[in-house]
Amino acid sequence: MEKISFEQLQEEMYYEKMNNGLDVYILPKKGFNKTFATFTTKYGSVDNHFLPLGKEEYIKVPDGIAHFLEHKMFEKEDGDVFQQFSRQGASANAFTSFTRTAYLFSSTSDVEKNLETLIDFVQDPYFTKETVEKEKGIIGQEITMYDDNPDWRLYYGLIENMYKNHPVKIDIAGTIASISHITHDMLYECYHTFYHPSNMLLFIVGPVDPETIMTQVRDNQVKKAYNEQPEVQRKFDDEPAAVSKARSELKLNVQTPKCMIGIKTGNATQSGQEMLKKELSLNIMLDILFGKSSENYSYLYSEGLIDDTFSFDYSQEQGFGFAMVGGDTSHPDRLAEEIKTILFKAKEQGTITKDSLERAKKKKIGAFMRAVNSPEYIANQFTRYSFNDMNLFDIVPTLEGLSLEEVQRATDDLISEDRFSVCQVLPK
Amino acid sequence: MNVLEETVKPIKGLKLHTIKTDKFKTNTLVWKMKAPLQKETVTIRSLLPHVLESNSEAFPTTAKLRAYLDELYGASLYVDLAKKGEYHIISISIDIANEKFLSDQTPLLKKAFQLLSDIILKPNVDNSAFDRATVAKEKRTLKQRIQSVNDDKMRYANYRLIQEMCKEEPYALHVHGESQAVDDITEETLYRYYQQALAEDELDLYVIGDIDIAEVEGYASELLPFAVREPKKAEQRAAIRKAAVHQVKEEQDVKQGKLNIGYRTNLVYGDAEYFALQVFNGIFGGFSHSKLFLNVREKASLAYYVASRLESHKGLMMVMSGIDNNSYDQATSIIGEQLEAMKNGDFSEKEIEQTKAVIKNQLLETMDTARGVVEVLYHNIVAEKQVDLQEWLTGMDNVTKEEIVSAAKKTELDTVYFLHGKGEE
Repeated sequence: MEKISFEQLQEEMYYEKMNNGLDVYILPKKGFNKTFATFTTKYGSVDNHFLPLGKEEYIKVPDGIAHFLEHKMFEKEDGDVFQQFSRQGASANAFTSFTRTAYLFSSTSDVEKNLETLIDFVQDPYFTKETVEKEKGIIGQEITMYDDNPDWRLYYGLIENMYKNHPVKIDIAGTIASISHITHDMLYECYHTFYHPSNMLLFIVGPVDPETIMTQVRDNQVKKAYNEQPEVQRKFDDEPAAVSKARSELKLNVQTPKCMIGIKTGNATQSGQEMLKKELSLNIMLDILFGKSSENYSYLYSEGLIDDTFSFDYSQEQGFGFAMVGGDTSHPDRLAEEIKTILFKAKEQGTITKDSLERAKKKKIGAFMRAVNSPEYIANQFTRYSFNDMNLFDIVPTLEGLSLEEVQRATDDLISEDRFSVCQVLPK
Repeated sequence: MNVLEETVKPIKGLKLHTIKTDKFKTNTLVWKMKAPLQKETVTIRSLLPHVLESNSEAFPTTAKLRAYLDELYGASLYVDLAKKGEYHIISISIDIANEKFLSDQTPLLKKAFQLLSDIILKPNVDNSAFDRATVAKEKRTLKQRIQSVNDDKMRYANYRLIQEMCKEEPYALHVHGESQAVDDITEETLYRYYQQALAEDELDLYVIGDIDIAEVEGYASELLPFAVREPKKAEQRAAIRKAAVHQVKEEQDVKQGKLNIGYRTNLVYGDAEYFALQVFNGIFGGFSHSKLFLNVREKASLAYYVASRLESHKGLMMVMSGIDNNSYDQATSIIGEQLEAMKNGDFSEKEIEQTKAVIKNQLLETMDTARGVVEVLYHNIVAEKQVDLQEWLTGMDNVTKEEIVSAAKKTELDTVYFLHGKGEE
């Protein structure tokens, strides 16, 4: 077990790689009641074209299968895992993103029992024809719920505009039609390909003794027979740097229009420190341009172009990355124009100044400290960073070292006419 | 188990609550103003905190104020409005880094107090009127905020249920007020209302973090001096009983139907049976092991979400679910059967234990966030009770099956609201 200390933050983390390849991290949090644990596989909605374990030919699986699998993991021959967690005073949940599926629990008692339950249920799939069919009704309602949600439609509408081939443009839950093709055999195939311990990470944060917990995980894993498995082979079609569509409109049952601008990165191949620098640089740039302390924000707000739903963010994963800026607005076309103008102006020397950079850095450092109050943030984000070979705890030192030139270069690389897209939700 | 201790100290017209803990990297200040919820004031009152957070005398523009917050290591400043029973509550919160985790040793907590004091006592005011441009902008945003409930069908269905259910009661008012009342507000009327609110509202300040209580008391008495007042109470009226269950069906262009059902629990926070009510709600629909989840979702595959929740001060229980437009009859009958099962005591010791464990867990988890601690403790102000965190835990433990059945039996179906797609129901 390796101990990693973060002195300024006064935190310590423990790490061990199990013999079967599973990465285990423990971060003790004194004074907290809650222990929060996530067990995550590097498998999300974009992993739909891959070489199944032991096979020679690549297959394409139905849209929404990673998410479907997540739902079905909770059902076992002797009942529902939710029941077991709540008997042990824990609340459990799971989520599927573009690149990850995470299973989690939080509890303030019986932590070791709950941890055992978490590891065991994720490592013991049980799918039958009947239970798979029954789930289609439930997930069908989940899909319909999102269909009625205009913010969700706007978000996916914009991603669909930006990406021509990359499966990030596919809705994580799939469609009612696509999930109708899912069978229990397919679920097993995906499971065995992606749920090998060497493709997974376990993170535990809370008032725990690291030695005890690590021993428990070690003992648990040793009992299970896992063969060594090669790294998963995924396939992605080539994606052009330019957006697929520069503009789209969705007519929905809303009263206030919505407008979101997307900027697609031309190169989403970075990982590790390079990727961390890029993400931080671009988020700093967006904060300087659109944060509440910016002149632009005041201007857009005074003009009645934005309200408190206005947001901005840049995020990247292996193979795709984009910035999004926008929100509810009575003047969607004007807002789109203004945002675009502001972004292009950022390429000119002197828009992003040393002062504004220093201020944005301070703000981000404070925000990070607030974030590490949250065990959920630590576990989820640490895992995401780790899957991209980044370290969550490098955020503050990397921010401190970020130069104006680096931020400017990242900005210049991102902003280009053919990478912009606009999606609007308009009243019917 | 780490149950936090609250120290309460009245400082003239303000009640200061301090909670000392070293588990957070930030310190949090939450300012609360409480007044009865009324049609005449609900809109002007919901505009107020948004004008206050925009700027101040010392920082007369949003950009200047926000730049100052950025300088304070991204101190967060946000405002919030809530309905708790028949009260309308304004919150202004500042969350600021604790400098002991920074290389820079500027005393940030003191600066946060000064800023809070500035925002409350030295707003951007000229000649007994708030800044004209600020008020105009915030009126526009408020209208959009009120309107936005229409575009989020889950929130909309919940709002419509309350509106139908509590027609004759102030609780039916939208937390952000009424769109048509926004236009009439002027810089002068808003300022006058603010002076009145500062003089009459019940004022509470919560400070939580790795703090020195004496130091915090010093800041509060120096920077936030308020005259003693007798806070106004909401009118206590007997619960309104409908002669028959009120049924409302509304058609809109939606794909998924939203079924929201309202019940009167006839029990509120502070009642002896309140803990039993919590356990009853938990077994019935509060969690993913509950009867509603098991029967509506897992067995019948009718819904992705189905849950019940309590409004503790108003004495309401609300069930919400997203179902197919055609599943109304089946869903309402399953939900009805589950409530009957609760009233008949048709639930096991296992379900009771499970639910108590999960509720206690939830409460302890709430103690791990500063905001959560404040919200739990503030129940005591609204209800004029003093239930400490330990009492919550033991209260929950002591609930018996008989008490749960008795709480279930007090629950009365009031209103069934269904939002459904066109041409179906």
